[in-house]
Amino acid sequence: MKQVQGKGSPLADIRFSHAASGSIAAAHGCWVISGLAAADAALRQWRPEGPVVIDLGALERLDTAGAWILHRTLKDLRAQDLKADFANAQPDHAALLARVAINDRPGPIEPPQSNSALNVLAEIGAGMSGAFMEARALLGFLGLTMATLGRAIANPSRLRWTPLIYHLEAVGFNAVPIVALISFLIGVVLAYQGATQLRQFGAEIFTVELVAISVLREIGILLTAIIVAGRSGSAFTAQIGSMKLNEEIDAMRTLALDPMEMLVLPRVLALIIALPMLGFIADIMGLFGGAIMCWIVLDITPGLYLQRLNEWVPLAHFWVGIIKAPFFALMIGLIGCFEGLQVEGGAESVGRLTTKSVVEAIFMVIVVDAIFSIYFAVIEF
Amino acid sequence: MSTPPKPEAIISIRGLRTGFGNTIIHDGLDLDVYRGEVLGIVGGSGTGKSVLLRTIIGLNHPRAGTIRVFDQDLATLDFASRRAIERRWGVLFQSGALFSSLTVAQNIEVPMREHLALPENLMHEIAAMKIAMVGLPPDAGAKYPSELSGGMRKRAGLARALALDPEIVFLDEPTAGLDPIGASAFDALIQELRQALGLTVFMVTHDLDSLHAICDRIAVMAEKHVIVTGDMGTMLKYDHPWVQDYFHGPRGRAARQANV
Repeated sequence: MKQVQGKGSPLADIRFSHAASGSIAAAHGCWVISGLAAADAALRQWRPEGPVVIDLGALERLDTAGAWILHRTLKDLRAQDLKADFANAQPDHAALLARVAINDRPGPIEPPQSNSALNVLAEIGAGMSGAFMEARALLGFLGLTMATLGRAIANPSRLRWTPLIYHLEAVGFNAVPIVALISFLIGVVLAYQGATQLRQFGAEIFTVELVAISVLREIGILLTAIIVAGRSGSAFTAQIGSMKLNEEIDAMRTLALDPMEMLVLPRVLALIIALPMLGFIADIMGLFGGAIMCWIVLDITPGLYLQRLNEWVPLAHFWVGIIKAPFFALMIGLIGCFEGLQVEGGAESVGRLTTKSVVEAIFMVIVVDAIFSIYFAVIEF
Repeated sequence: MSTPPKPEAIISIRGLRTGFGNTIIHDGLDLDVYRGEVLGIVGGSGTGKSVLLRTIIGLNHPRAGTIRVFDQDLATLDFASRRAIERRWGVLFQSGALFSSLTVAQNIEVPMREHLALPENLMHEIAAMKIAMVGLPPDAGAKYPSELSGGMRKRAGLARALALDPEIVFLDEPTAGLDPIGASAFDALIQELRQALGLTVFMVTHDLDSLHAICDRIAVMAEKHVIVTGDMGTMLKYDHPWVQDYFHGPRGRAARQANV
């Protein structure tokens, strides 16, 4: 045991003996919570015969936990139709035992849980229907956001410019360094991997196209969206969620302020404006990383790199990438705000929904990306 | 409430000085808390009542001065002895500060799990008993803090503070935010537990009814230290503008009449 015993206090001790009248259990020492485990175990195993006396005369100290064990023992013995009583209790010990007896009202520790197979099925069902409900609610939220956006466009004075600019800075400008760095590194990695593989066919020069097309069409913007989902989607959920816990959302409603207009629209709009810009920066940095690596590994000079880009990589690839950005932004912003508004209860709920918001946002970004890929393949763009 | 001629000081603070940045909160603060008493700390907003409580329990570091609890200087103790001391007090924070991911009963079991090696079923039994002791219904044990009302959360917080049968309980505004009936019930509960368990209670409060109903002594904080301690009679006679306003103001009068 790791606890420190109070100075000079002997551990709780129970001594059993027999007398003509029946069994006797004598409690010795300090029956305080720090040293009760042994006495508790001994009394739980005790199976006396005949009338029982629990002698408290030698008890030095008693707290509620010690009193509880004595009380429970007495109660259990009486439940077995044995005659059981305390003896020689000091007045304050007797008072504490009486107090504990009043408060003997057992209750559950956790909400009921069962883990039968049926419950697993029920949970799967609940999860599925929950997912559908959530999808429907999210679609409703999209509609609500669009309606709010429509109102704001019809009447631009309703748009909250200050938060919009603030969020533009937070989600856009402040994300530039990390987005630039990561896409630069991805450009480097792509060029290096491409060069290594293509060299086997003597087709090193196609590394330029490999880097350019993959960065422009897919990777630049997808990576940006994933970074932004992790950076800003989570922040939206946590911010709005904490505001909800703090009853700020309710306060807004009572002041006739629309949380959609105040909180959701500036965030979603800021993302829709910022993500294409970030995507553009990611494209440039990815190409730049590729150029550096081509120069180092393949001796393709920046001049040659640019010339080849110009000749063999049509601008359409850039547009295919960048056109997806606002849709990704809409997904990230909607999910971030939506999950924030679902927060209720406590801090634990904020954490759970923030995780959920990031996972869902990244998932939806990739789903939307897949839909675009199929669409562009069909129209041969 | 007569105090014996030489009461034992369970907490003894001398020359305490605390502050944040350039702001000095306490300067030259002296205070004794005697074993078995209920001490109410009052003072205007921002006089550092809660900071004092937090400093005693070690959440703030004093800049100067000594705090002795159970006759040991907290600043000089090693980790293990400090833990041993911490086990001998319980703290009720203003809004309960229950861990939101655990049920009420699990919250009460946290200190037992952390500090003691008790069998599982004994912990469950003790938790159920503490829940009953603070006047919560038995089914409250399985509920999460978010499912409880403010008053129930405070009771649950008190049950957690009492989990290890502490000798001192620190209460930070225990009746704030409770309705008058709930507040009186909470006062009665503290009084009852104090008598049953022999607790020493250190209570920061604004509630004049609590002061009248359960406090043996009152310490008034102003001007960065404790300006006066004593029973209600001393307070009523003490000549200081804030003390006069506080105890002789309309609320003070009403509380006094209610407790005559």
